[in-house]
Amino acid sequence: MNKPKEAWITGIGIVSSLGEGLDAHWDALQARRINVDEKRFAPYIVHPLAPVSFDAQIPKKGDVRQMEAWQRIGTYAAGLALDSAGVKGNQEILGRMDMIVAAGGGERDVPVDMAILNAYMKGNSSPAFLNERLMNDLRPTLFLAQLSNLLAGNIAIVHGVSGTSRTFMGEEAASIDAARIALARIESGQSDIALVGAAHNGERTDLMILYEFGDFNLKNKFDPVWARGEHSGFAMGSAGVFLVIESREHAEARGAKPYARLANVVTDLAQRKQPGAVTRSLAAMWSRLGKVGDNGALISGATGVDPVTSEEKAFLRDHPDCPVRSTGTSFGHTMETQFPLGLALAALSLSRGALFPPNDPTGLEVEMSKPPTQIVVVGAGHWQGEGMALVEAIK
Amino acid sequence: MTAPRDKFGRPIVVVTGMGIVTSLGAGKTDNWKKLTAGESGIRTVTRFPIDGLKSTMAGTVDFVTVEPSSSTALTERLADVATEEALAQSGIGRKGDFPGPLFLAVAPVEVEWPQRIEVGRAVGKIDFDVNDVLAISGGGKFAPYHHRFMFGSVAGHLAGKFGTKGSPISLSTACASGATAIQLGVEAIRRGETDAALVVATDGSVNPEALIRFSLLSALSTQNDPPQGASKPFSKNRDGFVMAEGAGTLVLESYEAAVARGATILGVVAGCGELTDSFHRTRSSPDGKPIIGCVHKALDDAGLTPEQIDHINAHGTATPENDKMEYIGISAVFGERATQIPVSSNKSMIGHTISAAGAVEAIISLLTLEHQRIPPTINYEIPDPAIPFDVVANVARDARVTAVMSNSFGFGGQNASLILTREPI
Repeated sequence: MNKPKEAWITGIGIVSSLGEGLDAHWDALQARRINVDEKRFAPYIVHPLAPVSFDAQIPKKGDVRQMEAWQRIGTYAAGLALDSAGVKGNQEILGRMDMIVAAGGGERDVPVDMAILNAYMKGNSSPAFLNERLMNDLRPTLFLAQLSNLLAGNIAIVHGVSGTSRTFMGEEAASIDAARIALARIESGQSDIALVGAAHNGERTDLMILYEFGDFNLKNKFDPVWARGEHSGFAMGSAGVFLVIESREHAEARGAKPYARLANVVTDLAQRKQPGAVTRSLAAMWSRLGKVGDNGALISGATGVDPVTSEEKAFLRDHPDCPVRSTGTSFGHTMETQFPLGLALAALSLSRGALFPPNDPTGLEVEMSKPPTQIVVVGAGHWQGEGMALVEAIK
Repeated sequence: MTAPRDKFGRPIVVVTGMGIVTSLGAGKTDNWKKLTAGESGIRTVTRFPIDGLKSTMAGTVDFVTVEPSSSTALTERLADVATEEALAQSGIGRKGDFPGPLFLAVAPVEVEWPQRIEVGRAVGKIDFDVNDVLAISGGGKFAPYHHRFMFGSVAGHLAGKFGTKGSPISLSTACASGATAIQLGVEAIRRGETDAALVVATDGSVNPEALIRFSLLSALSTQNDPPQGASKPFSKNRDGFVMAEGAGTLVLESYEAAVARGATILGVVAGCGELTDSFHRTRSSPDGKPIIGCVHKALDDAGLTPEQIDHINAHGTATPENDKMEYIGISAVFGERATQIPVSSNKSMIGHTISAAGAVEAIISLLTLEHQRIPPTINYEIPDPAIPFDVVANVARDARVTAVMSNSFGFGGQNASLILTREPI
């Protein structure tokens, strides 16, 4: 095989509970700001999306109407990333840009579901009942707002990203694999430029029910992820994050400025039935990732759910010299979006020559006074899937 | 011996194992026999009440059952069946130890109505709201439903059962998913990351809401009687697709690795093409450019010219829009030959297996290459004059077939084309 091509992160789009855009996020992280809502879904806690004017990135009202919140968040963040990379509206590039989106599904129409369930429980359970209600009550286009690949579809329609389009599914791991495949394709010359990311609407009772089945939701009281201990769980967060990743030669040819280099992405499927499997998986991936030097730092997407977060802490304790930051404390758990969020904040930190300050009462996160040159991004899914990326400063 | 690399210097990707399940049956032998006999697997749905539905038929796989029943559980089981067949044929690795990654095309997952109703019952009061449901959802009573309805659950199961390596990838590109999964496997082998990849595409999602969702988009045929006659690709009186279930598994290997272990080579994935349509959520660009570009990309990737393709396994859903656009796209690329190449749609018999279709139809294309016989497009009684393809009408046709193009086009602007050959080219 030829020498792998170097891959640069040249565009970052973020919208989250802390606002939108790179400056707003940098400022919020410096101020250790956390935006949680403990009342709206009490006893469940969410990090709600900051107010966003969607028409700034999705100009056609008809497009906005055709989407549910997760698609709007993602399409918006994708637009920010394309702007940031300087390729917005560049049809020559967009027409051959590869896209890998990590997606779950769109939200249910909860009032419709509840009305049908209530009527059903009252004895309206004739064979035709469910069919009739679904035929009459479901909005015909709702399906298109629910299909996983329709976030990518909307990004194609709204922004014209129309080279290839692939949607990966599977919770946290989906976006780690999205980054891995995008990088592998660029390194091998199968792709020159890719848009990679995800979106999550955390303000959804249908998702809360699904995660409540497994007792994953954080309840009653907010704590930073490292401080949850016995009171484990995740607080869902709303966020959309997209990155433009391209080969160095492609970026240089068009005069694009990089935020950072995406040096490596490795993934795993640990056998979690065995205690300590995640700790061992992370340790094994760390050794596959590439050498992390003295000016390295680590951004974790830890969920706050046990046992996985405790197992991740055990791994982190083996690397006491590597300053750690958690995205879960500041942004909540944004599921498929957590890993791209970590990549985005790593690239942002490297480009600004500083790691953002700790936000952790337990002391696991420590100050970093020197500029980081490498940041490891860690993802360990709430129930399966692990991965790690190495992001490096470009001098 | 042929060089182990293609004309672009990449490892040649071959198929050494195939497994298939459709409404016609389980396994290649049974499916091939019925497909070439022009049998339909479409029948009136009996799995759930059809009262009040506009479309009442589907290509359900009723001979495979799962308990507790859900579309995701059936999807998983169909994948197991197809994968066991493919691995047995390939003889690769050892039981539970497949030497490569998994690429899985699978439908989006969500909690389904039987489970929703079960949870609703547990609320134990009338006039409840979503907060009441949330309040009783935890505590472990419904813990298995968390895992069951995670998007990564089917891939996690398959990775564990068959021992694939690394993080399994679940993907959806709607009706092109099966083709995309093959493409991801091909790319991984071409990059030299692996000598083998397990590609699985599966869909067991005929349930009331899934059927109604497509029905509300006016995508389904409503010619319910007789159900076997509903799916009419390329016919003037076609009126939509028929939902169906199925699974297809392919063991992909580098030619070099397959030859080294003495495996029987069933065919070659010579080229893959993909191009997004940014025109509309469900409709193709009226100029057909994305389909044309997709087909060109597949040909270029294979290093073939249109003259070298001698059969097209069409997407051919039997929606008025798809079949027309497929002809426009193919005729723009193939010129006059578009009316001379035998074209057939497996969906006339097995319906549209949605997430599985791209892989199921790639397997049927490889069987076509093996047997030098093209399965028919049944229900082709009233040709659409606007689509002058040489449709393999109603009865199978013997033909010399060396290279097949298999097309998949899906909602969300997803277009993918594969080129399959018998021998390395």
